[in-house]
Amino acid sequence: MSDAAPILEMKHVSKRYGGIAALNEVDFVAYPGEIHAILGENGAGKSTLIKIAAGVTDPSDGEVFVDGRRVNFRNPTEAMSAGVVCVFQELSLLPDLTVADNLSIVSPPLRGGLIDSAAQRQRARELLASIGCEDVHPLELVRDLPLSRRQMVEIAKALGKKPKLLILDEATSALTAADVERVYAIIRKLRSEGVGILYVSHRMHEIEALADVATVFRNGRRIETFRKGERSVSAIVQMMIGRELTHHYPDKPAPKPAEPVALTAKNLSWGAQLRDISLDIRKGEIVGLGGLDGQGQRSLLLALFGVLKGVSGTVEIMGKPHRLSGPRSAMRASLPMALIPEDRKTEGLMLPMNIRDNISLASLSRFQKGLGLDGGKEHSAVERIIDRLKIKISDLAAAVSTLSGGNQQKVVLAKWLMTGPGIILLNDPTRGIDVGTKQEVYQLLRDLADKGVAVLFYSTDYAELIGCCDRVLVMYNGSIARELEGQHLNERTIIETALNVDDKEQAA
Amino acid sequence: MNDLRHRIHHNGGLLAAIGLFIVMFIIYVSNHPVGLTAAVATTASNKAVLLALVAMAQTLPVLTRGLDLSVGMVFILANCLASVLVVGTIGEGLLGIAIVLGAGALAGFINGAIIVWGRLQPIITTLATGAVYYGIALYLRPGPGGDVQSDIADFATGQLFEVVPTALVVLLAIVLIVWVPYRNSVLGRAAYAVGSNEQAAYMSGVPVQRAKLLAYTLAGLLAAIGGLMLTFNTYSGEASAPIAGTYTLNSIAAVVIGGTSLFGGWGSAIGSIFGAFVLRTIEDLLFVFDLDPLWQPLFQGVVLLAAVSLGALRVLRIRNRLELFA
Amino acid sequence: MSESKLPVSTIPALRFAFDRSLIIAFSCIILMLLGGALYSREFLSPEYLLQQLQISAFLGIIASGAMMVILIGHIDLSIPWTVTLGAMMATAVAGWFGETGNLLAIPVGVLCGAMVGLLNGLGVAYLRLPSMIFTLGMNAVVQGLMVLHTGGFAPQDHATDAMHFLAVGRPVFGIPNALLIWVVVGALTIFLLTRTAFGRRVYAVGNREAAAYLSGVNTNAVIIWCFVLSGAAAAFAGVLLAGYSTKAYQAMGDPYLLPAIAAVVLGGTNILGGRGNYLGTIAGVILITLLQSILAVMQMPEAGRQIIYGVVILAMLLAYGRGDIDRK
Repeated sequence: MSDAAPILEMKHVSKRYGGIAALNEVDFVAYPGEIHAILGENGAGKSTLIKIAAGVTDPSDGEVFVDGRRVNFRNPTEAMSAGVVCVFQELSLLPDLTVADNLSIVSPPLRGGLIDSAAQRQRARELLASIGCEDVHPLELVRDLPLSRRQMVEIAKALGKKPKLLILDEATSALTAADVERVYAIIRKLRSEGVGILYVSHRMHEIEALADVATVFRNGRRIETFRKGERSVSAIVQMMIGRELTHHYPDKPAPKPAEPVALTAKNLSWGAQLRDISLDIRKGEIVGLGGLDGQGQRSLLLALFGVLKGVSGTVEIMGKPHRLSGPRSAMRASLPMALIPEDRKTEGLMLPMNIRDNISLASLSRFQKGLGLDGGKEHSAVERIIDRLKIKISDLAAAVSTLSGGNQQKVVLAKWLMTGPGIILLNDPTRGIDVGTKQEVYQLLRDLADKGVAVLFYSTDYAELIGCCDRVLVMYNGSIARELEGQHLNERTIIETALNVDDKEQAA
Repeated sequence: MNDLRHRIHHNGGLLAAIGLFIVMFIIYVSNHPVGLTAAVATTASNKAVLLALVAMAQTLPVLTRGLDLSVGMVFILANCLASVLVVGTIGEGLLGIAIVLGAGALAGFINGAIIVWGRLQPIITTLATGAVYYGIALYLRPGPGGDVQSDIADFATGQLFEVVPTALVVLLAIVLIVWVPYRNSVLGRAAYAVGSNEQAAYMSGVPVQRAKLLAYTLAGLLAAIGGLMLTFNTYSGEASAPIAGTYTLNSIAAVVIGGTSLFGGWGSAIGSIFGAFVLRTIEDLLFVFDLDPLWQPLFQGVVLLAAVSLGALRVLRIRNRLELFA
Repeated sequence: MSESKLPVSTIPALRFAFDRSLIIAFSCIILMLLGGALYSREFLSPEYLLQQLQISAFLGIIASGAMMVILIGHIDLSIPWTVTLGAMMATAVAGWFGETGNLLAIPVGVLCGAMVGLLNGLGVAYLRLPSMIFTLGMNAVVQGLMVLHTGGFAPQDHATDAMHFLAVGRPVFGIPNALLIWVVVGALTIFLLTRTAFGRRVYAVGNREAAAYLSGVNTNAVIIWCFVLSGAAAAFAGVLLAGYSTKAYQAMGDPYLLPAIAAVVLGGTNILGGRGNYLGTIAGVILITLLQSILAVMQMPEAGRQIIYGVVILAMLLAYGRGDIDRK
C-alpha cells in the first residue's frame, strides 16, 4: 500500500434506509495517487458509499475522514470545498445554461463583482480542451448536447474544481470509445499528480485497464480489497456473487411448450433505449429480465404497458394485435395486463391515502352500484385480498405510508391482483423489502403462473431471477443480449452477459 | 462567427418579440393620423413603460420557476404611496421616491421570505400578500386622488432634448443599472439555475435560497418603479383592484411573448420589455384601426390566452407519458 | 433521489395534522362568535346566525367547486368572471326569451359556467399548461366577452323572480333558500367525494397523478370534470348573487376569488391537492364569512379587511400548511 496518508477513510460506516442496511459496518480506505475501483452487483452498497463521501447523504453510524480530518458534510458544497468532487451518474448539469456557465457555476471568475463572461468562456475552452472536447462550444446550451457530450462536460466540471479526491460513478457509460480513452488518459494524469480516484464501473475491462486497487462490495459489506493482478476476473466475479443463497424458491414446474403464447412483442424499438426487441411469453410462464440497471428493462415494461409514445414494432396478446395506447387499453386487453412499477412511492401508491382506497383504485368500476360505490362489496373484496396476500395492517383506514416497505409493495400487488390480470409485468418488485416478504412474492408469482398467468419479471437481483424464472432475457444497451434457460441459467452466465465480458475473458 | 450563431440561438425568443414589435409599430405609425412625432412617441412610451416595468418584475420569479401574483398590487401600492410621499420640494420628492422604492423592495422581500423560509407555494403566498398590499394601498388612498411633485413628474413623462421620451431613457437606465448587473451576477445566474433544475442546482452548490429571495425582492422593486411612473403619468394615486389585476395578468403574457419559459430557467427581462411593447401596440393598433372599443378586452384576453398556450408545444416533445405528470 | 438530504415530509403525521386543521378552524369560529358576542349580544341570536349562513351560502357554493380543482392539485383563477358570467347570462336569457327565458335563465347561466370550466379543463389536461396561468387567461377572455355582451347588446340585467326567490326566499321554517341550496350542493359534493368512484379518482389524481394514470385512471377526464364542476358552481353562485342583489353587474365576482380559495385552504385542504374534506371547507367558508361580518360590524374599512384577510390566511397557512411542501 501507498505510504501517503489516506485521502479518504471510513470507519465502521453504516447506512440504513428504514430497516434495510444499504451499508453495513464498512471500513474503507483510499489513498492519493491511486485509482481505486469499486465493484459489486446492483444494490451492493457502492452508490451509498459514494453518496456519503460526496455529502449527498450522511451515514447512520461510523466516522468519515478526509485528508486525515474527521468530516460530517451537510451538503455537496461542503464536500466540494474539502476537495471531494463527484461525477454523478444522474447528471448534475443545468440544462438551460450554457456549457461555460455550467463549468463555472459555483465560483466563476469575477470582474467588478460580476461574472466575467469572457474569462469564464476562456476557462471553459481550456477545460474542454483538457479533456479533448474542443468540439463543444462554450456557449452551447447543455440541453442541446447529446448525452455523451454532457457526460464529458460533467467530467470537465469536476476537473475544474481541482479535486483531491475524484469520484467517478459510471461516468463513462454513455461515452464513445475514443472519449473513454481520453478519460483514461486524464485519470492517469490526475493520478500522477497525486489525486485520489474512486472509480465505479460495471465494465470489467475498464477496471483491468485502469485500477491500481479494487474493492468488492456485496450486500452492503466490503468483501475484499486487493491490488491489480492479485485476482483473476473469474475470482472477482465469484466474489461479487458470493455464496449467500439464503432464499428458498418455489419449485419450478417442467416447461410447458403446449401452453399458448400470451404476449408477443416483435421488433420493439424506442429511441436509443429499446433496440429491436422481440419476445414471447407463454401462459403460465415466468420470464425474467436481467442485466445491469438501466439497460432498457424499465423502458421495455413501460412500452408494453403503453406508457411510451412513439414505440415502433408490434405487440400481440393471445395472437391478436394490441395497440400500445396506455394503461387503460392494456387493462382492457383480452388478457388484462398489470404493471408493478419501479418506484412504489411515486408510481405505485398514493402514500397519504388509506389502504382500502389504494387497493381498490384500479378496480373501482367493479364496485359501481347505481351512482355510488358498493361499500360493502368493496370492503369484503379488499379484505379477501389482504388475507390472501397476508398484508399486515392494523386498520383499513390507515394511510399506506404507515406500512413497512414490504407491506406497501404487497398493497401494490393486491391492487393489481384484484383486477384479475392475465399478464403481469413487474419492475424490480423486491427492491428494498425484507426477506420474508420476498419469499412470499416468489411463491405468489409461481401460484399465479400455475393458474395460467404470464409473468414478465425484471429484477436487479440475479439470484432471484435464477430462483424464480423459467427463462431469463438478459438485456444490454437496449437490446436482448442473450436468453438463458435450464442449466445455462446461473449467476455466472447472467453476470457475464450483463457485464458483456466476452468468451476469452471467461476462459481466463 | 460561431459565437454569434449561439447568441442568436439563445435569444431566439427575444429576437422574435423585437421583430414582432417593430412590424406592429411600423403598421401603427404608418396608420396613425399624425405619424411619428415626438408627442405621439412620448404618449406611447409613457404607457408602454409601465407594463414593461411590471413585466420585468414578473420575469424574475418566473425564471426561478415561481410566479408573483402580487406584482400588480405592489405596482398599485407604489402608486398610492407615491401620491402621498412624492410631494413638496424636489428634494422631498426624491426622498419620497427612495421610500417608495424601498417599500416595493420590502414587499418583494416579504414574498420571497415566506416562500423560502415559510415554504409556502408562490401562488397562494403572493395571492395573500397581494391582498395585504392592496389593503395598504386602499388605506393610503380610499378614493382616487393625491398629488405628485410636478417637476419630477413632468420631467419623467416628458422628452429629453425635446425628442427622446424620458420614460424610455428611464427604462433603459433601469435595464443598465438593475437588469444587466443582475444577469451577470452570481445570484442572477443562480436564479436561472434554480429554475432550470432545482435539484441539480442544489447538488452543484448553487445558493438556491438566496437566489429566490433576491428574485422576489427585485420583482418588488421593479414593480414599485412601475408604480412611480404611473403616478408621474396620472398625477394621482388610485387603489384600483381591476388595474392591479390587469397588470398582473398582462405581465405574465408579456413574459411569455418575450420568450421566457413559464417552467423556469430560460428567458430574459429584455424579452419581457418587448413583450410588453407588443401588447401595448396591439391595444394602439385596435385604436388606430377603429376597432370597436367594446371588442378590445376580449381581443386582449384572446391574445393573452394564445400567448400562454405557446407553452403547450412542450407536450409534443414528451415521449414518456409519465413525464407529463412531473 | 429519495436518499438525499432534502427535507422529507413526516407522512405518518398527516392524518393527525389534517384533523388538527379542522379543529383549529372550528375553534376559530367559536372564538369569533364569542368575541362578537362580547361586542354585541346580537351575534348569538338565531336571526343573525341564519343571516350569516345565508351569506355564507354563495361563498360556500363557489368554494365547493374551487375545492374540487384544488383537490386535484390545480387552481381555478377564472372564478371571478365565471361568477359574473353566470349572473349576466341568466339575466340576459330571461330578457331575450320572455317566459321561456325565465325558465331557461338558471340552467343557461350554469351551463355557461360549465363551458368555461370545460375549456379550462381541456387546456390544463391536454395542453398541460399550468392551471394558474391558463385560468387567469380564461378569466380575461370571459371578462372581454362580458364587456362586449353588456356594451354591445344591452341585455336585461335584472334577476328573474325565480332567481330572487332562490336567493332570498324563506318559505321553509324561515330558513333561507340560499342556505338550503348550499346544503344540497354540499351534500352532493360530499357524496361525490366520499361515495363515488369519481371522488376516489379525484383524490388519487391529486396525490400522485402518475400513480393514478398507471392504475388505469383517466386522469385527463378527472381534471376536466373538476374544472367543469368548478365553473358550474361559480356560475350558479353568480345566478344566486344576481337574485340576491336583484341584478347582474360587471365585476360582481371579483370579491370572491381569494375568499373561496382561502376558505378551502383554511379548511385543511392541501393547496397541492390530494387531501381535504368538505367538512373543513364548510368550516372555512363560515370562518371567512364571520371574519367579514365582524370586520363589517366593527366598521372596518375595505382596506383593513383586505389586510386582515391576507394576514390571517398567511398566518394560518404558516401555522399548519407547512411540511407537506416537498411531497410533490
